[in-house]
Amino acid sequence: MSYKGQFRVWRGDSDGGSLEDFEVEVNEGEVVLDIIHRLQATQAPDLAVRWNCKAGKCGSCSAEVNGRPQLLCMTRMSLFDKDEVITVTPMRAFSVVRDLVTDVSYNYEKAREVQAFTPPEKLQPGEYRMQQEDVQRSQEFRKCIECFLCQDTCHVVRDHEENKLEFSGPRFLMRIAELEMHPLDAADRRDTAQDDHGLGYCNITKCCTEVCPENIKITDNALIPMKERVAGRRYDPVVWLGNKLFKRGK
Amino acid sequence: MTEVERHNYDVVVIGAGGAGLRAAIEARQRGLTTAVICKSLFGKAHTVMAEGGCAASMGNVNSNDSWQVHFRDTMRGGKFLNNWRMAELHAKEAPDRVWELETYGALFDRTEDGRISQRNFGGHTYPRLAHVGDRTGLELIRTMQQKIVSLQQEDKAEFGDYEAKLKVFQECTITELLKDDSGAISGAFGYWRESGRFVLFETGAVIMATGGIGKSFQVTSNSWEYTGDGHALAARTGASLINMEFVQFHPTGMVWPPSVKGILVTEGVRGDGGVLKNSEGKRFMFDYVPDVFKGQYAETEEEADRWYTDPDNNRRTPDLLPRDEVARAINTEVKEGRGSPHGGVYLDIASRMPDEEIKRRLPSMYHQFKELADVDITAEPMEVGPTCHYVMGGIEVDPDTGESTVPGLFAAGECSGGMHGSNRLGGNSLSDLLVFGRRAGLGAANYVESLERKPVVLQSDIDAAARSAVSPFEPAEGEGARENPYTLQHELQQTMNDLVGIIRTADEIERALGRLAEIRSRVRNVVVEGHRQFNPGWHLAIDLRNMMVVSEAVAKAALLRTESRGGHTRDDFPMLDSDWRNRLLSCRVSGEDQVVPDVVVEPKEQVPMRQDLLELFELSELEKYYTEAELTTHPAAQGDTA
Ligand SMILES: Cc1cc2nc3c(=O)[nH]c(=O)nc-3n(C[C@H](O)[C@H](O)[C@H](O)COP(=O)(O)OP(=O)(O)OC[C@H]3O[C@@H](n4cnc5c(N)ncnc54)[C@H](O)[C@@H]3O)c2cc1C
Ligand code: SF4
Ligand code: SF4
Ligand code: FES
Repeated sequence: MSYKGQFRVWRGDSDGGSLEDFEVEVNEGEVVLDIIHRLQATQAPDLAVRWNCKAGKCGSCSAEVNGRPQLLCMTRMSLFDKDEVITVTPMRAFSVVRDLVTDVSYNYEKAREVQAFTPPEKLQPGEYRMQQEDVQRSQEFRKCIECFLCQDTCHVVRDHEENKLEFSGPRFLMRIAELEMHPLDAADRRDTAQDDHGLGYCNITKCCTEVCPENIKITDNALIPMKERVAGRRYDPVVWLGNKLFKRGK
Repeated sequence: MTEVERHNYDVVVIGAGGAGLRAAIEARQRGLTTAVICKSLFGKAHTVMAEGGCAASMGNVNSNDSWQVHFRDTMRGGKFLNNWRMAELHAKEAPDRVWELETYGALFDRTEDGRISQRNFGGHTYPRLAHVGDRTGLELIRTMQQKIVSLQQEDKAEFGDYEAKLKVFQECTITELLKDDSGAISGAFGYWRESGRFVLFETGAVIMATGGIGKSFQVTSNSWEYTGDGHALAARTGASLINMEFVQFHPTGMVWPPSVKGILVTEGVRGDGGVLKNSEGKRFMFDYVPDVFKGQYAETEEEADRWYTDPDNNRRTPDLLPRDEVARAINTEVKEGRGSPHGGVYLDIASRMPDEEIKRRLPSMYHQFKELADVDITAEPMEVGPTCHYVMGGIEVDPDTGESTVPGLFAAGECSGGMHGSNRLGGNSLSDLLVFGRRAGLGAANYVESLERKPVVLQSDIDAAARSAVSPFEPAEGEGARENPYTLQHELQQTMNDLVGIIRTADEIERALGRLAEIRSRVRNVVVEGHRQFNPGWHLAIDLRNMMVVSEAVAKAALLRTESRGGHTRDDFPMLDSDWRNRLLSCRVSGEDQVVPDVVVEPKEQVPMRQDLLELFELSELEKYYTEAELTTHPAAQGDTA
């Protein structure tokens, strides 16, 4: 059952680095993160990697396997041929701290710029009433585990560091959509979505949706409806009013 | 003199899980400058993994629920060893804490009439757990994370700086608490994981919210973070730990494949209709209803199945007995040869509801089994077995304020002790985090405001903390093999798992203590390679010391408690012993060794339950747990003798 797997793991820090070759034992049922841990325990004790839950719930272990942005703990070894060389590299859109660990502070900065949930003024705690079908849309987006794989993938920033200033990325545009679709939120973020968070940069390629480990339909369910709402607000007062009423009503 | 980055805060919260974040929100709302420190990235703490829900007697699904019922369930679950005042505060305040989350933006699943939906869980009389599918912890932590952002936005508007009052220090590990010469907390010392550089937080109040100790066991649902840092740091500062012998083994962890062994399968599976079966296809839990719960659970499969739709006229399925009972039952079934191929039992939801329903109610379980085990839970049963999950034991605190026995040191959440007694009910942790996180935040705020002057950190303490932290890079001279931290951690996990696990005997615990002593002597020879920048080997070398302290506390307390109760099962003392009910085992550290000090355990009495709370129970029930002498004040007992 076990075999020797061939791995190439990127090692280095902000000053640079390179791929290193390793031969490691692989056992039945293992995922790439298990292999990285075995490397730590046997060959490279200071190999840096982030992880927590090992079950696809915390979004810590994001990296790229053979160039594809993935969670290391949910990437099964059985996907690969036994003699295939598996290359593990850090997320490309973020600068490297060390080995597989990248600086993801961009995401936390963008998170902070999205205007928070604004509670309805008249309701006291315990008085919130919402229908399941109305919360479901935002709930889909709240499944997000903040792995930032979508942020890593989106071509707007993947190789365009300069766009980071004006573009918050799919994760946080989706956060705006989530709040806009919250049945009781009292704020309006449509202007800032466009002006401050760069919604216009998104040309709905759906690459973010493809890599999302939570299978959230980021583009179809969050970004496109958001674009429609913004368009409505800007060009069509009737649509705008309709949207607003639709949002408030059941 | 050590080079160290210095920060100054009114309140420092160590831990960014549910308890830490709720505490920080409270301290900041009181106007105090507050720091939150965590080992992982912000938003990744253990709380994110909680699945099933958050218990609060809102009565949205069954209006018979009330804080009294919740209180009774909690005390029963903990076999009446709980700190009753904590259980009371918890039951009374949990609904407000959950509703408050909605004002922060949380979106729980809803009832037909638009209120927060609640689900059944083991040991809870009524559907009580607020939830979002099976990702409730994610909702909780994200909501509070976003509330912190919201407070930071207010601060930005007022002071021009997001971090003027409330700042999160992520990927930063605290290794030492510091005290001034009066013995009060003066600061916390640690290192940035990224750079390895030292950092000092000068503060009058520290709130510990570091979570649990599960990483000391080999099969566990817990992550690398759960090395018992808060427990060990508090103990080393002089605080006492209580109830450390009580470790919860969750009955349903994954058993196959080996690399995922221990990963949790939520109790929500059983709450929503899943049942346990052995290799003969038998629903074996009906054979395991213990005397104390006789009459409270269904006795036939038909009654159990009716209960899901008609709970007022039927008793609940024994699949939903408290966790300790179910875990022991599974253990017995496997031992007696009725287990599944990989050493567990079957958990069947596939035959009990339509595929789509399963996917809707338990999406992350569906995903988890599909991705990690190649099992489609809508078509086949899961294989499950016990896994180390939660520690009931923790820092001894004042129930109302969360203050420990050290002035200025507060604790909340899993790292505090008392609330859950000998066994925690599912769903009672998330609510615990909210209720006591808030209380610790208030307690710390009041304490800091009452201080006449801020305690001062001594330079010599900083130097000592720094020396201790880097010692694994500088192997001791002379004899002793160079030890690898990963190897030692593995040996420690194996020891605790095999010898101080779900079923214990004096003989095995003594062997465990022998092995722990041997591992301890090797801990000082641990050598790590490389440099201080994001070096997991070094991080583990430091965490290992904490794991040693908590493992010794667990083993020593387990040896002393010669009875079986909740999360502590002694094969050589299989019965509940009423004389032990009121006795808590309190662990303190002693001795010369600063790095891995000795642990001493002493029994102490618990304060008797307040009369009005005692009267919430029938005498006949209390008699199963209490000694006769303790019950003379119960009205029914007085009736007898009058
Ligand atoms: C898989 C799983 C499912 C669960 N499901 C449920 C459920 O459905 N319902 C329920 O009620 N409970 C559940 N629990 C239990 C519950 O999730 C935990 O008990 C609870 O989340 C603990 O919260 P906490 O705030 O005490 O600590 P945590 O959320 O664990 O946070 C601890 C924090 O402390 C930090 N920390 C630790 N040591 C240090 C240090 N030395 N320096 C700096 N920071 C440090 C960590 O980085 C982290 O931020 C579950 C647990 C698991 C593992
Ligand atoms: S759909 Fe938009 S956000 Fe997603 S990857 Fe494409 S451009 Fe980026
Ligand atoms: S939306 Fe999906 S890919 Fe993006 S951060 Fe969230 S979970 Fe990850
Ligand atoms: S370790 Fe949590 S998602 Fe991979």
